[in-house]
Parts: sequence; structure tokens; C-alpha cells
Amino acid sequence: MTVPQRTEERGTGTEPLLDVRGLTVTYRSGKEPVYATRGVDLTLAAGETLGMAGESGSGKTTVAMSLLRLLPAESTVTGEIRFRGEDLLQANWGRMRAVRWAEASVVFQGAMSALNPVQTIGDQITEPILLHEKVGEKAASARARDLLDSVGVPSRRVTSYPHELSGGQRQRVMMAMALACDPGLVIADEPTTALDVIVQAQILSLLTELVRERGISLIMISHDLSVLASTCDKIAVMYAGRLVETGPSREVIGTPLHPYSRALAGAFPTLGDPASRLSPGGLPGDPPDLREQIDGCPFAPRCPEVEDRCRSGVIPSVRLGDRAAACIHVPGYEEGVDHV
Amino acid sequence: MSTPPAHPTDVAAPDVLPAEEKAPSRWVPVGRFTMSVLRMPSGLIGVIILVAFTGLAVLAPLFIHPSDLSVTQATGPLLAPPQKGYPLGTDQAGRSVLDLVIWGSRTSLAIGILATAGTMLIGAGIGLVSGHYEGRPGRFLMHVTDWFIALPSLPLAIALAAVIGQGATSITIAIVVTSWTGTARLVRAQTLTVEARPFIERARALGATDNQLIMRQVLPNVMPLILVSSTLTVAGAILAEATLTFLGLGDPTSVSWGSMLNTAFMQGAVTAGAWWYLIPPGIAILVIVLGFTLVGRAVEHVLNARVQPR
Repeated sequence: MTVPQRTEERGTGTEPLLDVRGLTVTYRSGKEPVYATRGVDLTLAAGETLGMAGESGSGKTTVAMSLLRLLPAESTVTGEIRFRGEDLLQANWGRMRAVRWAEASVVFQGAMSALNPVQTIGDQITEPILLHEKVGEKAASARARDLLDSVGVPSRRVTSYPHELSGGQRQRVMMAMALACDPGLVIADEPTTALDVIVQAQILSLLTELVRERGISLIMISHDLSVLASTCDKIAVMYAGRLVETGPSREVIGTPLHPYSRALAGAFPTLGDPASRLSPGGLPGDPPDLREQIDGCPFAPRCPEVEDRCRSGVIPSVRLGDRAAACIHVPGYEEGVDHV
Repeated sequence: MSTPPAHPTDVAAPDVLPAEEKAPSRWVPVGRFTMSVLRMPSGLIGVIILVAFTGLAVLAPLFIHPSDLSVTQATGPLLAPPQKGYPLGTDQAGRSVLDLVIWGSRTSLAIGILATAGTMLIGAGIGLVSGHYEGRPGRFLMHVTDWFIALPSLPLAIALAAVIGQGATSITIAIVVTSWTGTARLVRAQTLTVEARPFIERARALGATDNQLIMRQVLPNVMPLILVSSTLTVAGAILAEATLTFLGLGDPTSVSWGSMLNTAFMQGAVTAGAWWYLIPPGIAILVIVLGFTLVGRAVEHVLNARVQPR
């Protein structure tokens, strides 16, 4: 279940903004524990954008929400989350509250319900500013208007209530809110679900643009690989609570190393290539039951290239240049030197 | 919290909006709300009743002199039917029943409204806290609420009034103690619904404390419910006041509708056939309770968008 814990090897080079080691989250639902993530390692440099892909239940949202310790009380989190060098899992609640939003903020899915229906959007945008910074209400509301302008919502809408805005505008308001305190990291949890394709594209390009010009790191969660490919520098593919592959987006989608990423990438037809539409891109079988301990590779039961040694022990992730994948077929796996 | 409207003298402010972009006043929705309540026949009738009674109660000292209500200084005939100068007749001490009914509304309304305020404060407070802190604290508070629900309210109120002593204060406290439970359950249920919605998670993600969550996120969403519930509670509280005073737990020297019925009963107005002494306070109670109920229903109807005809 756990990836072998390694000792600290820091001290050289620049420290990444976010460094997650061996993140394991277990939910206790009823009597049986549910293993939502099983040892996730992740690093994110300042200004980098990372897309998290994977099917429902693969642990994408759990990983993202555990970063700010927003998981429900039934969860137990172990491992290490270093954000700007500070282990957030050890931080006290006061410190945690300060980190939330001021240093790392969240764009929630479904802006319709993530906004309080009885508060004006201006009040909701100024809320984190007033909470985290020593500024007056006047300055805060001036900033709220600037933020609204920068996300393309007319600033006179500060006095509007959420129901007076369209779906796209609400998502823009959510983004303005996420940027309110100039955070170092923005976590976008499926920011474009429930929006139509045109608005989706506008929101995504706006989000990436805002993040780029402010030098903010972005973690984007989606099950839509094409969305991630077009917006993120790096992609991390999750399966059954494990990170099975990470690497630059183009390479992960173009030449996937892990059989699961291959199946995921193959599920999206290529425009202008009729063969890709006709080829059977489906993947037989179901993801494993998360209530069970998994021995070996979690993907082994569905993997077309499965071998006997896949079914036991821990399959560590192997580094290959700036990519990494947890599969025995990755070149260099045998040597076992560059295990991540 | 709200952006104050740009004041004409406020030229130094760098972020004054152009005239056409000026934010509409926050009172516009309030006006719109009032209008939609008044547009409903039941709401209009209820509001007219309440305004009339409140106006009479507030202005009563202008046209009723304390000596008119004094048993020893009253000048009218004793227990006389309606006649010139005494449109509703007189009581056994020669006081005008009309004056008594008008004066009695002061006590009845005051106790009803105060008791409702107390009920709302305690009920909403306990409901919010027990809904927000699920688990042990919430369950404990709900067990206390269940315990109070299980107690029969009239004997409890009588016992309380007997322990604290006769008078308006003890009746108010007795009403509050016996009626906060319903509000607490109602508010707790609504709190749980609101807390399950994603904007609470968002507020938590932006570092809001429990206090801020309750006051800024949950309370404004629960407020309409509290409003509706309080108009209906006032009606109940006025009835309870009349009941307790009729049973002799009120201040015997002050005039209220309940105490009028009590005296009429005790002084033999019933056996003497003095219907003019019994019916006016009874009708007054009926009408004011009806007024609050009508307004409560109308407000409920307007706030509940699903049944609102567009």
C-alpha cells in the first residue's frame, strides 16, 4: 500500500513550491476503511501547471483537497505535504487557516452552488481579502472590482447576487475569488464541468492566462485529457489511488508509458483520423474495489500487458528523464536505480 | 459590509462609480418584498389588522387616562350593557370595556412580541449551534431539546410562573421556556441543509472560522425561515399569554385580555349574562392571532419561491 519512505535528500537546488511524499488518505465509511489514495508522490515548481487525470474514484479530488486539509473528519491522512517548505499535515489549525486562500486557493466545481445565494458577489470576493489582509473595506471592494474586470465580468456587477449571473460569469467570479489574495497555488477542481464547450474554452484560456501572468502554480483536476493537454505543462495520471504516470502533457498523451495512460489517451478520438474513431478504444473490466488492499500493480487485472510479477509487491515509479511511470515495462525498471 | 452609496461630498474617493453604474439601494428588494406580501389578500388583511392594533396600542395613552382604568375612580354604571358613552358596556367596577380592551392590547402584544424574541434567540441559537457542530455537542443539545419537548408545556408554564412569581416577566419566561424547542428543531434542520451545500466548503477553504461560518454563511440563509416562524410564534405566544393570565398567573393589577377574561369569569359576568364583558377580549385575541397568522402565511408564501406565482 505504501511506497517505500525515503529519507530527505534536500539541500541542493531550488525547493519546489509543493512537494507531496507518500500521501495516503483513508476514509472510514461504516466499518470498512476505504483507501482513497495509496502513497502519492508529487512535486510542483512555482509557476508550473499540473493536470490531474483519472476516472471517478481514482483519488484526484482527494489528493487536491488533502493539500489544504479540507477532507471530512472521517478521513485519516498520512505522509508529507510540504508547501513552501512547511509540512502542512503538521501545521496547527491557526496556521492552516492562514495558508488557506492566502497562499493556496481553490476554484470549486459547480460555481452555482459554491457561491452563497444570499450574499452579493462583491461581498463574497472581499471576504477572503478582509479575512487575510489588513485592508479597509473600501480598498477591498476596489480590489474586488479590479478582479472582476480582470476575469471579464463588468465591475458594476459587484452588487449582483449569484442568481443574477450566467453560469460562465459565476465561474469567472469563482476565479476572481481564487485570485483575491494573490495565492502561490490555485487548485481548480473540474472548473468547467456543467459549462458548454464554448464557455469551457473561454474559461480555460482565461484561467491559464491569469495564472501565467501572475506566476501562480495551478493544479487542475479533470477527467477530460484533452482539457488538461491544452492547459497544463505537466500531467499526472491517477488510477485507484496511485499516481501511475507523470510527465510533460504532450509526451504523456502522445507516447504514454503506462498501459493505463495508453488506454486513457486511446479513449479520445483524434480529429481527422477516422481510424482512431473506429478502433476499439474501450478498456474491459472495472477499477478495483477501494476497500481492499491491493497487492502489486492496481491495474494488473485489466492490463493487456500483465505479467506474473505485476501481481505482487509494490511496483515503484521509475524516472525516465522528466517523466515517471509505475510499470515494469518502463525502460530502466529492471535496474531499479531511478525509482521515484 | 455593503458599499455605502457615494455621497455627494465624497469627491476625494478615487473609486466613486459613474452615476449610471451606481449600485441600486439595498432597500429595493425589501420594498419589493413588502409589495408582494401586500399584494396577497391574506397578507393585506393581516397587515391592516396588525397595523390597526399596534397603532391603537401605541397611541392608547393619548386618549385613555389612567383614572379611566382605575377600579376606584371609574365613573360609569356597574356591569351595564352597551350604551351611549360606553360602546361596549362597562365592567363590574364601572370601567369602559372598550378602554380595557384597547389598554389590554398593550400587555398582550408586549408579552407576545418579547416572548417571541426570546424564543427566536434561544431556539435559533441552539438550532444553529447544534446543526453546525454535528457529533457530540449537536447531539447533546438535541437531547436537551427532546427533553423539553417531552415536558407538557401548560403544567410546566404554570409551575414556572408559580416558582418565579406572578407577573408579566414570569409569563414571558414561561412562554419562552416552553416554546423554543420547535424553533430549535426547525433551524437545526435548515442549518444541516445549508451546511451540506458547497459554498460552506468554499468558505472553509478560504480560512473562515466556525463563528464566521455560522454568522456570515449559514445565518443569512436560515433567516427567512426564522422570520416566518417568528410571525407564527407571536400568535402562539399571545394565546399562551391569554391562557396563563386567564388561569390567574398574571399580574392582577395590570389589564390584559387574559386578565379581563379572568376577572369576568371570577366576578360572575358569565352568570349575570354580561356578554359584552366576555366577547370583546375574546374577539380581540382571535383577530390579532388571525392577523399574525395571515401575515406569517403570506410571508412564507412569498419567500418560498416554488409556490410563488410569476
